[in-house]
Amino acid sequence: MKRATILAGVLLVACTQSAPVARNSGVYLLLDTSGTYRAELRKAEDVILYTLSRLEPADSFAVARIDTGSFSEKDIIAKTTFDERPSMANAQKRAFAQKVHNFIARENAAQYTDITGGLLQAVEFLNEKGTGRKTILIFSDLEQDLDKGYMRDIEVPFAGFEVVALNVVKLRQDNYDPRQYLARLEQWKGRVEKAGGHWRVVNDLDRLDRML
Amino acid sequence: MSMNSVLAITPWPIVSATIWIVSLIAILYFARRTAHQAIRTASGALSNALRIASHAVSHGEARLGERNREVLLAAGREAKERIIEREFARIGETVRKDLANYPHLHRGLSEAIGRIEKDHQDAVEVPPDPPGWVRAVEAVSKLESKDGGGDVLADMHKSIVKAHKEAMEAYREAGSERHELLRAMMPRWRDVQQLLGDVNKKVESLLSRSTGIDRHMQEYEQIVRREDQALSVLSSSSLVQFFVSAMVLLVALGGAAINFSLIARPMAEMVGGTNFIGIFKTADIAALVIILVEISMGLFLMESLRITRLFPVIGALPDKLRVRMIWITFTILLLLASIEAGLAYMREVLLQDELATSALLRGGEASIENGFLWITTAAQMGMGFVLPFALVFVAIPLETFIHSLRTVVGLVGIGLLRSLALVLRVLGNGFRHLGTLTERLYDLPLFVPLWLESRGANDPHDKADASVQVQEVTS
Repeated sequence: MKRATILAGVLLVACTQSAPVARNSGVYLLLDTSGTYRAELRKAEDVILYTLSRLEPADSFAVARIDTGSFSEKDIIAKTTFDERPSMANAQKRAFAQKVHNFIARENAAQYTDITGGLLQAVEFLNEKGTGRKTILIFSDLEQDLDKGYMRDIEVPFAGFEVVALNVVKLRQDNYDPRQYLARLEQWKGRVEKAGGHWRVVNDLDRLDRML
Repeated sequence: MSMNSVLAITPWPIVSATIWIVSLIAILYFARRTAHQAIRTASGALSNALRIASHAVSHGEARLGERNREVLLAAGREAKERIIEREFARIGETVRKDLANYPHLHRGLSEAIGRIEKDHQDAVEVPPDPPGWVRAVEAVSKLESKDGGGDVLADMHKSIVKAHKEAMEAYREAGSERHELLRAMMPRWRDVQQLLGDVNKKVESLLSRSTGIDRHMQEYEQIVRREDQALSVLSSSSLVQFFVSAMVLLVALGGAAINFSLIARPMAEMVGGTNFIGIFKTADIAALVIILVEISMGLFLMESLRITRLFPVIGALPDKLRVRMIWITFTILLLLASIEAGLAYMREVLLQDELATSALLRGGEASIENGFLWITTAAQMGMGFVLPFALVFVAIPLETFIHSLRTVVGLVGIGLLRSLALVLRVLGNGFRHLGTLTERLYDLPLFVPLWLESRGANDPHDKADASVQVQEVTS
């Protein structure tokens, strides 16, 4: 009897200690819809579909566009937290894919590119979801072009986040002076890592397994 | 202190080194007796400690061996008692059945024999009547023919011929009847033969069983007498049982693993796919619990059927309660098997759904119709239903494994203790010899003073001292 009580106590302690650990993932994908990057959106759909295939029940996923002012819920194209039941999660994935497909088919190019606002929105979204692992995917050329009046000289709290830049294409001026491209990458890397985040660049879209 | 400073006590390093060596040898020589005593004491203490430890381990090994022997004999005695008990029960059943049929058998045999006897009596040939009128014929033949003897003879001849015909007909009829009776006796003989054959078979069966019981009784007596031969047989038998049951348990483990993979995935639909208890998914734990409950129910079923005896409480239950328990455990097993079949079906549905979603996300067609899909679905459902019942039989090898495990663990323990005792004994002796060797090595740089000492020992004045020294060295 005494042994049984001790065993039950040990099991109870083991269960109560391990309960609050979050094991799910949260992914927020930012789509650059600016004029210079509009043609790349078809590739983005493949990335989204791949990401959907990799996510598990209880994971969260959101896709948002980068436009003139991206720090807004209105820019979120589709968002979901998958159900714990695998069958429901599959249905959600299919609906999500359809929503993204519809968006890409009818989206017009944005005039300006507010990457910082999109990142802030991503951080806010994923923090609210409280996922165990937080990943922000940026499908953009990383060329920020702000409209007048938009203040984005702020530090984004990237601590605990993994930021992955995807398909960072070279602009016309980068060909004249590659230092601009390298400086752009370096600037974003420094910004993310300075704020405590982890930065990666994946330009080879045939190796999407390295993305997540 | 560096080597240079050591060699700098005189301006000449060689002289310094010589002084150091001579001083060292002198110190070692004067401390020789004490050093030898210290070495001897230390090595002796270590050697004794290890020998005592070795004795203790040997004692433990002997006790473990005795315990193992007791366990083996008890297990063997119990097994033999079970076998003999079962054999006696079978003989009792046979005898009961045969004795119950004996009056019927006896009556059948008596009736058959009575009928045969009657038929036999009826079939006895009746001898023809002796000719009573032979004398009359002789008398008539002596008469003169003129006295009318010829007519009389002619009449008699006629009568005799007629009587002969009638007698022949009657004889033929009687012969035919006898043949009929003898023919009718044939099936009765066969009945008797069959009845006696049945009796013979039963008697032979009883005799063979009694021979088997004799053999078991002899083995039982050997066990009771605690003979070494019985112990050896039991030990090897226990090892064989251990390995065989372990192999069967491994097979069962494979079956349980397949069962687990059948139900773990759809279980996520019931308890959620992302909940964890500790580091394990709740769905996996739930699936495991279902399988463990099935195995437990199988154990209880086998116990209730008195096939295994892991839980004496169940075996000792009243028959009515035991039968009730059989039905309850069987019903629970049936329910769990049905649940598993349903989960196996759900697994297939989920798999197809996931494949369709993956295909869609890869940009291909949503799904391709597979006409033979029902085969895999039915196979999975069948496995889901059958495996729980198959796992019921795990109880038998499990019982054998547990019982033989005691013996095997005992044998392994004996082997380990024996090895440990040997190692300790070797180490003890090693330390003793090491002490002697250290003494010799200590004396090695002192060969000059020792040689001088032995030279001095030849002096008659120093003989007494020398004998003491020699004794000390040899000891």
